[in-house]
Amino acid sequence: MPKKERPSRFHPVSHTMQTVEVPTEKISPQEQAEAWEKIAHYFRANSLWMLNYCTGCCAIELPLVMTSQYDMERLGMMPMATPRQADILLVTGYASLKTLRRLIYTYEQMGTPKYVVAFGPCAVNGGIYHDAYAVLNRLDLYLPVDLYIAGCMPKPEAVMNGFKRLIELIESGQATGWKDYERRFDWYKSNQLEAVGEVYIHDEFHE
Amino acid sequence: MNALQSIGTGLGMALFGWLLQTTISGVTRKVIARIQKRRGPVWYQNFRDIMKLLNKRSVTHGWAFDFGLLVALAGAIGTAMFMPVAGIVAFKGFDNFFMIIYLAALGVFGRALSSGSSGNPLATIGVMRGLTQNIGYKVPYMLLVIALISYYRTSSISEIVELQRVSGWSVLVMPLGFVVAFISLHGMLGKKPFDTYLAPAEIASGPLVEYGGKQLGILMIAHELSVFIEVSLFVNLFLGGGATLPEFLLKYAFIYILSSSLGAVMGRFRIEQVVRFYYKVPIALTIVQILMLAVMRGGVR
Repeated sequence: MPKKERPSRFHPVSHTMQTVEVPTEKISPQEQAEAWEKIAHYFRANSLWMLNYCTGCCAIELPLVMTSQYDMERLGMMPMATPRQADILLVTGYASLKTLRRLIYTYEQMGTPKYVVAFGPCAVNGGIYHDAYAVLNRLDLYLPVDLYIAGCMPKPEAVMNGFKRLIELIESGQATGWKDYERRFDWYKSNQLEAVGEVYIHDEFHE
Repeated sequence: MNALQSIGTGLGMALFGWLLQTTISGVTRKVIARIQKRRGPVWYQNFRDIMKLLNKRSVTHGWAFDFGLLVALAGAIGTAMFMPVAGIVAFKGFDNFFMIIYLAALGVFGRALSSGSSGNPLATIGVMRGLTQNIGYKVPYMLLVIALISYYRTSSISEIVELQRVSGWSVLVMPLGFVVAFISLHGMLGKKPFDTYLAPAEIASGPLVEYGGKQLGILMIAHELSVFIEVSLFVNLFLGGGATLPEFLLKYAFIYILSSSLGAVMGRFRIEQVVRFYYKVPIALTIVQILMLAVMRGGVR
């Protein structure tokens, strides 16, 4: 057994000097922006204003989440009146041929960063409406969905749980659906055009 | 005190006003949540909201949209600089009531210009309603304050505060007037039932309909500042200001939280109901109050 060298006054342990690389260059603007993004993610995650686009029956679960029983305001979430002010687009249920155009309009009016939360199985594969003539079965072909909340309909507990998960995703910078929409805009646009023919909304009452 | 020092104090006052009002409106959100049997957000939620908005991208609707916003912010900061708080006056001799009302109009019209130029019809309806409501609450309020000024023989706010320290708060001099001023303040703050110009469920938050991101953040800062001006003007004129800062803060928080709590349990008026209400009850009470004051003063002399 080799004798263990112990540090003492008479036999000091010899240290080898290690050179530490001191960064001589300044922090680049891109790195500064990334550092600031991390701070901004905290504010974004804890102040979410949402726009309820109540396309389907899941919307009935939201009043319970908003009011005194589950109170989503303690997570910093509030319902907002217009897409310009909102951060989250809640798609509560299926998207039909008519509502998809409005959804696209609404989503593109929102300022980035923006997030899409889809409720129930209808947004995943059509759910119980999968064979209806006017229902589009997969939402994420047309809009980048950041979070799905399961259940038909999702219970208020599940909705709260989903919102907490969304906050985690935003805080860690993983909710990047809006970047995906910018990067693959052509792909999304071609899917949208294939589904609804044209995205332009006609004024059905005055034309 | 030289000019530079005055400007520094004034800017400090504006910053203090913004911090104070943003904190107190966060606390108020918690109070309202408790009234509605909820838990409510953290007290610094409004700071988080503003920071989030400043970190969000948004679109502009032309130069008047942005310019009006800057006018609103500058007007709010400029007015807050003149506000005397707990004996601190940035510009001595200029803390006049009319000065503050005159400068505060800049913020209102900046906001009106900005949201009017967004081109959204709901914003135009909201601006129209806001200015109509302005005419509604300004008439009883101005009548009352002119009576107050003629009672104290000065329109300088810090002098009125000093005189109240000698002869008791204005609430005791004009109790009916206090009620009228509180109702007017309620309309100024846009609390229910006087939030007709916002009405999120009806005209999609009115003047704010096209704002998002940075513009909404700046607008929120300007709004917090204008609330600071309105409430501290009220506290200075009717509740004797405050000899020390804690006294002032206590009165300020009491008035703002009382107004918000009353707003939390009421419904919303239509716009013509707002104006009809203001032209009936508060003006009648103001006239009774002025007559009472005249009789009292005539009797004393």
